[in-house]
Amino acid sequence: MSETTNEEKVTLAPIETPFKRIWSDFCQSKVALAALIVLLIIIGIAIFAPWISPTNPYDLASVSILDGKLPPGSESLSGVTYVLGTDGAGRGLLSSIFYGLRISLGVGVMSALVALVFGAIMGLSAAYYGGRVDTIIMRIVDIQLSFPAILVALILLAALGKGVDKIIIALVIVQWAYYARTVRASALVERSKEYVEAATCLALSDRRILLRHLLPNCLPPLIVIGTVQTAHAISLEATLSFLGVGLPITEPSLGLLISNGFEYMMSGKYWISFFPGIALLITIVSINLVGDQLRDVLNPRLQK
Amino acid sequence: MSENMLEIKNVSKQFVKELDLAAKIANTFGAKNKEERVHAVDDVSFHIGKGEVVGLVGESGCGKSTLGRMVAGILPMSDGDIEIAGKSIKPSKEKQDKAASLKVQMIFQDPFASLNPRMRVEDIIGEAPVVHRLVPASEKSEYVAKVMKKVGLDPEYRRRYPHQFSGGQRQRIGIARALAVQPEFLVCDESIAALDVSIQAQVINLFMDLREELDLTYLFISHDLSVVEHISDRVVIMYLGRIVEVSPTEKLFEKTLHPYSEALLKEVPRIENRGLDYQPISGEIPSPLDPPSGCHFHPRCRYATDKCKSEQPKLKDYGEGRLAACHLIEE
Amino acid sequence: MTDTPILDVQGLETHFFTKDGVAKAIDGVDFTVRKGEIMGLVGESGSGKSVTGFSILGLVDPPGKVVGGKVLFKGEDLLQASDKRMQNLRGDRISMIFQDPMMTLNPVLRVDTQMIETIQAHEKVDKQTAWQRSRDVLAQVGIPSPEERMRAYPHQFSGGMRQRVAIAIALLNKPDLIIADEPTTALDVTIQGQILYETQKLCRETGTAMIWVTHDLAVVAGLADRISVMYAGRVVEQGDINDVLDNPVHPYTLGLLGSVPGHNTRGTRLYQVPGMAPSLFNLPKGCAFQPRCEFATADCQQDQTITEPVPGRAVRCCHPQLEVSS
Repeated sequence: MSETTNEEKVTLAPIETPFKRIWSDFCQSKVALAALIVLLIIIGIAIFAPWISPTNPYDLASVSILDGKLPPGSESLSGVTYVLGTDGAGRGLLSSIFYGLRISLGVGVMSALVALVFGAIMGLSAAYYGGRVDTIIMRIVDIQLSFPAILVALILLAALGKGVDKIIIALVIVQWAYYARTVRASALVERSKEYVEAATCLALSDRRILLRHLLPNCLPPLIVIGTVQTAHAISLEATLSFLGVGLPITEPSLGLLISNGFEYMMSGKYWISFFPGIALLITIVSINLVGDQLRDVLNPRLQK
Repeated sequence: MSENMLEIKNVSKQFVKELDLAAKIANTFGAKNKEERVHAVDDVSFHIGKGEVVGLVGESGCGKSTLGRMVAGILPMSDGDIEIAGKSIKPSKEKQDKAASLKVQMIFQDPFASLNPRMRVEDIIGEAPVVHRLVPASEKSEYVAKVMKKVGLDPEYRRRYPHQFSGGQRQRIGIARALAVQPEFLVCDESIAALDVSIQAQVINLFMDLREELDLTYLFISHDLSVVEHISDRVVIMYLGRIVEVSPTEKLFEKTLHPYSEALLKEVPRIENRGLDYQPISGEIPSPLDPPSGCHFHPRCRYATDKCKSEQPKLKDYGEGRLAACHLIEE
Repeated sequence: MTDTPILDVQGLETHFFTKDGVAKAIDGVDFTVRKGEIMGLVGESGSGKSVTGFSILGLVDPPGKVVGGKVLFKGEDLLQASDKRMQNLRGDRISMIFQDPMMTLNPVLRVDTQMIETIQAHEKVDKQTAWQRSRDVLAQVGIPSPEERMRAYPHQFSGGMRQRVAIAIALLNKPDLIIADEPTTALDVTIQGQILYETQKLCRETGTAMIWVTHDLAVVAGLADRISVMYAGRVVEQGDINDVLDNPVHPYTLGLLGSVPGHNTRGTRLYQVPGMAPSLFNLPKGCAFQPRCEFATADCQQDQTITEPVPGRAVRCCHPQLEVSS
């Protein structure tokens, strides 16, 4: 029997980052891919609204009440064609929707991000330290989650008043608990895995283990919850604005637009509420579809 | 007598599931809720000399994995002390001597779960040496390459992720990670159990080569007696948290002292044993939550007497380095 | 002993059609099992041993598909049988035991319910008779106080007991053949010993044939009558257990046996089969073991046919090693 060395040749697969693998799995679903494209378009619109809107609905000089309540496709006295019509004050609906998307998405994403960071820190700490810390954090989460989100938001906004920053604070307070619970569950599973034991054996600091080892492996459920929660935040903000306790009139989100047009629904001028509603619907559905596919793709049990 | 690398002194570990608030309230009303206490490791003592390979053998619930983790410093002890190279591993009032805790490293069982899937191999191996200033950050890449070569991996692939390697290669990465902090003592917890036969052979050979090259000491935890017979100098057999026998390997496989060792060695399938007429020992392994009284093995032991039911046998020395805990061995 | 084997597998091929290509999980498996015989099907990961069991029973899910060969069960080709026919055979004439007993046992049903269900699915008997038969089989596999224990749920049994219940279910309808896929791999040594004992006893008593799929050569050494060694989807050597283990003829079997540690290898370096198992997407031309074989020649590039270099031994190799000292 010949002598053999202890070496092994690794198969020559190209460096495959986890990201590449996730992307190729994601693209397996045509529906999700389409939703992603729609979502990217929406985000593009939101970012570039001031440059791509046909009119500026908040430039008081260009808005005239004489142009008010024009149905979709009609031409105004000044010769501008309003593709989706105008609202009660004469603002072009298409442009209003563009600006509205900007605010809705901005508020939704911002609050989701802040809630994510805060919730993740709480969840990680609860899972890693266990004991008292875990009990206290989780009881707060339980209490928080047993109240309907709208109720909590309404109470908070009644106390805080109106304003973009106040809405974001309210949305963060309402949302962080979901993230905390998800991250804690994921971190508990990861914490019992051997690579975390190895990190302990190598005398790495707690902070390093939390941030460098646990957190990156808790990202998949976090990303999924993040997308779904963003949609939730957007629709929650729309609800609050519709009810009149959300954003001030100077920052009209889609919810506010819907609210403004509500009084005209019965008199046949449906488009003032309808089109912002459709825009909201498309946004939320595409976020949810992307989130669904991400959840399937990132689910370790479905892999291999 | 050579200086001992590892001294385990009366170590015990209990896992306690305490009563929660609801159960405590129920107790004040007369309910008899008791906390659940598992004696995973029960007053275990032995030593390992420098350069020795000691095999630790037993079935589920025997406490070998728990003991291994205590030795590696991953689990705290409930009782007793463990000394590595003469120094206790318990955290003391002085500033933690990080270098001391790096002396013992562990090689884990599962080649999939023991590596962080989101880190590149270079970081998995190189993280700890850089953090502990064993190697300056600028030299991390070369250092990792050196360690990878030592375990038989091609350093060219150090920027890859664990999922791109096979089970045997991942186990080598785990070994490289341990070696990178320059340990003197390795605890191998079923490190080859999850590998194919031909890969097992490679890793066993690697362990033996490293022992020669780096003068390492091993605690080799395994349920596979054939492997233990192949590489160990001495064998420790545990049952339900207690040591039942300690013996030099050759002597153990010639003749066992304890009835459990006898049964274990007979049950273990060996490739030389054909067309067996099995005579297995009866009974299930008792639950660690409710172990039998006296000698834990008595319900399944065919030599059991009344004394075995009531009195726990102590570990006695029978000469030639052989120890056993049984009332019925004459000397 | 009748001449027709209970099971005769000829040229079985099962391929997996994935987005990364076609993985030839099984690419030429041939073996026979006689009545009352225990056949050990041995191989490492990727050898296709588990897929073989599933293919015989028609349990291969897409993207896998049996693409060729014959599986003759008492003369009937199972690959040509209808779904309904297969359903009748499974659990009745051919049973399977899995590595994880929870693959057999439904966690929300009591054990007696599941067993009675299994009997009544294949035979018109009343509940009382079915219950009695279940109780008897449980006693046969060594479960104490079966009448009481039958009323329990699977999670109330220990791992070893659960596996025994799974074996009992496999035996309920007195099948002609049982396929056992690594049933004791996850169990402790002493429990494994008990299960091996029960199994051997049952096969001797009832004349049930068994295919024991495992990677553990030592288990097969004590239990089986014959052995088939698989590599990269093919059976490379087959024969009587003692003949193969004492005088292996295929270079892979030789290498494998040399890698096993034990009594005689103490202190020596174990033989390492060089290289790695090939990817099933890209098998070498001709003999799959050729890149790692120290005896390889140009002939190995040809497809290897089954030969009989020694009486009673079937081998896929153009230069079987007949004169090697162990």
